[in-house]
Amino acid sequence: MKHLLSTRDLSRTDALAILDTAEQMAAVSQREVKKLPVLRGRTVVNLFFEDSTRTRISFEAAAKRLSADVINFSAKGSSVSKGESLKDTAQTLAAIGADAVVIRHGSSGAPARLAGSGWIDAAVLNAGDGTHEHPTQALLDAFTMRRHWARLHGTASTGTDLTGMHVVIVGDVLHSRVARSDLWLLRTLGATVTLVAPPTLLPFGVESWPCQISYDLDAALETGPDAVMMLRVQGERMQSAFFPSVREYSRRWGFDDVRLGRLDTLGLTDTILLHPGPMNRGLEISSRAADSPRATILEQVSNGVSVRMASLYLLLAGENTPAAPAPLENAQ
Amino acid sequence: MNTYLIRNASLLGKETADLLISDGLISAVGPDLEAPVGAVVIEAEGLIALPGMVDLHTHLREPGREDAETVETGTRAAALGGFTAVHAMANSNPVADTAGVVEQVWSLGRRSGWVDVRPVGAVTVGLEGERLAELGAMADSRARVRVFSDDGKCVSDPVLMRRALEYVKAFDGVIAQHAQEPRLTEGAQMNEGEVSAVLGLAGWPAVAEESIIARDVLLAQHTGSRLHVCHVSTAGSVEIIRWAKERGIRVTAEATPHHLLLTDDLVTSYDPVYKVNPPLRTAADVEALRRGLADGTIDIVGTDHAPHPSEHKECEWAQAAMGMTGLETALSVVQHAMIETGLMDWEGFARVTSLTPAAIGGVQTQGRPLAAGEPANVILVNPSARRTVDPSKMASKGRNSPFAGLELPGVVQATFFAGHPTVLNANLNTPHPVSAEESPWIA
Amino acid sequence: MDLSNPPGASAPARTVLASADIDRALTRIAHEILEANKGAADLVLMGIPRRGYPLALRLAARIAAADPSVDPAAIVGQLDVTMFRDDLARQPTRTPHATQVPLSGIDDKVVVLVDDVLYSGRTIRAALDALTDLGRPRIVRLAVLVDRGHRELPIRADHVGKNLPTASAEKVRVHLHETDSPAVDEVVIEGTL
Repeated sequence: MKHLLSTRDLSRTDALAILDTAEQMAAVSQREVKKLPVLRGRTVVNLFFEDSTRTRISFEAAAKRLSADVINFSAKGSSVSKGESLKDTAQTLAAIGADAVVIRHGSSGAPARLAGSGWIDAAVLNAGDGTHEHPTQALLDAFTMRRHWARLHGTASTGTDLTGMHVVIVGDVLHSRVARSDLWLLRTLGATVTLVAPPTLLPFGVESWPCQISYDLDAALETGPDAVMMLRVQGERMQSAFFPSVREYSRRWGFDDVRLGRLDTLGLTDTILLHPGPMNRGLEISSRAADSPRATILEQVSNGVSVRMASLYLLLAGENTPAAPAPLENAQ
Repeated sequence: MNTYLIRNASLLGKETADLLISDGLISAVGPDLEAPVGAVVIEAEGLIALPGMVDLHTHLREPGREDAETVETGTRAAALGGFTAVHAMANSNPVADTAGVVEQVWSLGRRSGWVDVRPVGAVTVGLEGERLAELGAMADSRARVRVFSDDGKCVSDPVLMRRALEYVKAFDGVIAQHAQEPRLTEGAQMNEGEVSAVLGLAGWPAVAEESIIARDVLLAQHTGSRLHVCHVSTAGSVEIIRWAKERGIRVTAEATPHHLLLTDDLVTSYDPVYKVNPPLRTAADVEALRRGLADGTIDIVGTDHAPHPSEHKECEWAQAAMGMTGLETALSVVQHAMIETGLMDWEGFARVTSLTPAAIGGVQTQGRPLAAGEPANVILVNPSARRTVDPSKMASKGRNSPFAGLELPGVVQATFFAGHPTVLNANLNTPHPVSAEESPWIA
Repeated sequence: MDLSNPPGASAPARTVLASADIDRALTRIAHEILEANKGAADLVLMGIPRRGYPLALRLAARIAAADPSVDPAAIVGQLDVTMFRDDLARQPTRTPHATQVPLSGIDDKVVVLVDDVLYSGRTIRAALDALTDLGRPRIVRLAVLVDRGHRELPIRADHVGKNLPTASAEKVRVHLHETDSPAVDEVVIEGTL
């Protein structure tokens, strides 16, 4: 692994390596000294072309816990907003000596461009690109689900996948990088996935995706999912006629108090409720649902740091020259 | 002017003959012609002689974007690609929507002397789609404009489109439509399909092209006018055009080399060299276009040569400009996609790259048979040579070739433009000299 | 795991400690630890993955056998040193193992680091750093099954199962039934003759 650009291209082995490493990172975060020396002297640049305080501070905390130097580069108010190209920005970061670039960008594929163009040699971590992917979000979701799944089965989560788990993802799939990353990763890890959305908010061609499609949230809940992921819905989609009104959306596709109660009626005592944040309370998720014991939203946030620590560690800590032969672990 | 004797060329890939070129004309065709005193003899054993290619769809960028291309560089590229005429699209800056601008482009072409440059006039003022440009003035100008297009933008207003179709009947003009329903393609980045869904790029649905073509062929039927459909890219469009032709509607259609070869899964790399409008489509669309071109539903190949400075491609996909270069690869791509697949022979190639485009554009001196007395617009092609496409070696200023690195067949060995060799030994020779009677106009 | 070289099968490999030798060595080390510590009070055994951890468990069992007041499970922990190594950039990235500290913690304890082979000393240096982030032991000692020499740092073991003079080109392989397949206990040297 040189870059982390998407979960679609992430092998099962690499995905499990990140999740297993994240378990060890989570243990570090429980300690008094929440720091490891592993990236000492390495420079991680958070290159954010879109505002996202939560994702940025999560990556920043992760990098700092690994002792990396962190440079935050917000494109707003910088030369980038004055028309500097991605190429020039990348070359500037290369000249500064960035070892990793964590990039958030409004255009799908910008991280792939950065990684594949030869403008910079650093490891590239996609922190969300347009409506394409958000791989670390999917990894933290999978990490959260895996811990839940292991707890339920009384096993250790390390080394296991999500075989047998059924996950329902609800909302604006069309514009959601989280939905895409979640779907590919959950499938790689053996879970089955149902996407629930208004037909206008599903991408053209979604029939070819490896999942079930439903327009009916209540019917999907009746199938007994183990986890329900609610996606953020942006009110401005209403202006583009994706749905008639926020109220209608909320009634048909929101996780409201009635549906929260229905999980109990259906006997789904162990079904958890996820949300990538930030939430629109009262729109896609009711306050009571968000604050219920089923909700893993804060757990997701802290798991985000662990998963990002694991990603940075696995991308940056390894050999930087392929010349050195790998010694066998049992030869000393 | 020199006299040239081309020996043992295969005419349209068929019988072998000699061609004698003098005074701008093909003066004789036949076996074992005698070389006149002072004639330059060109041995063309193994080469195919074809009428010079005519491109109905070229962006020469001048005036306004001389950093992307100039008439000089674009026509050098054209000559190397086997063209003897190109139609320069109207979306320059200023837009070619007045007699003044089209005459400027026309005289720049004359001065360059590499090919016949035929300006295309804008349909609407400033390509704004609001009111008709002075189509008559452009038709009457020295540029003698016959093809009108807002290419890059669609004439989406049905009333305006109807009026334009009607109006150009006065001078046997043709409206070349860029078929793209604007509301259905707001923010569109690539073909809407399985690939766009995965890549998270806003889709350009086939229906946005097909709905405009359907409307326009009905308008052409209603008005009895000539309609040309630029860069057809979908299987559905081919079906609509086939239907229209069966009903006798006066519609012609063009396909680009890139739409005959490339598909939208190339976008997976997010490399904007594959960003183009209309977008690369699916393998099924490519197949339908090839079949349509072979059976005559699609009349011609047009390059949609669209050079861009590198900074407009070395960036994020969404920020990148749309378009690809095509003049220097068109012959090879069409040979690869149509001839090597057995869908078409070289005679068919001449039809779709020379005879029919010249007829649509009303260019009397081009797209003629290889016969004595005809204007000597002739190219010699080595069909068995292969080469790897290297944009850095092209004459065009644009480096945005989607075919870079591909090994393709066919090399243009020589190009004769009005009897003058603009290309010899697959290299640029000299431009056609400016005639004395024209020189005051194009100084 | 190098299955292409099963123990005893390759010509240059020679067994230097058999199963019974390992048992005897561990028993002796357990008694040395108790003796040096004057009993089992405040003892914590921190095994270094992979093979140090099962060795620490075996030592704890022997200590409990000698002193029945000791709960062997309560004095053993695991100390992963991956993130503290100084050679990370020279090797392919390794997935770290878990670090587990006994419930009693390590503050003011006598911590015995346990590993299978002592070689350059760099693993132990990393272990000392890792330990520092977990707490402040009163004393840190080191027990190893094999000391093969070739130290690159000023580190020495307090308890050694066997001192094994080796050439640096030779490889010392420890196989334990808890971690290896086939599940045998032995130490072999693979030469380069």
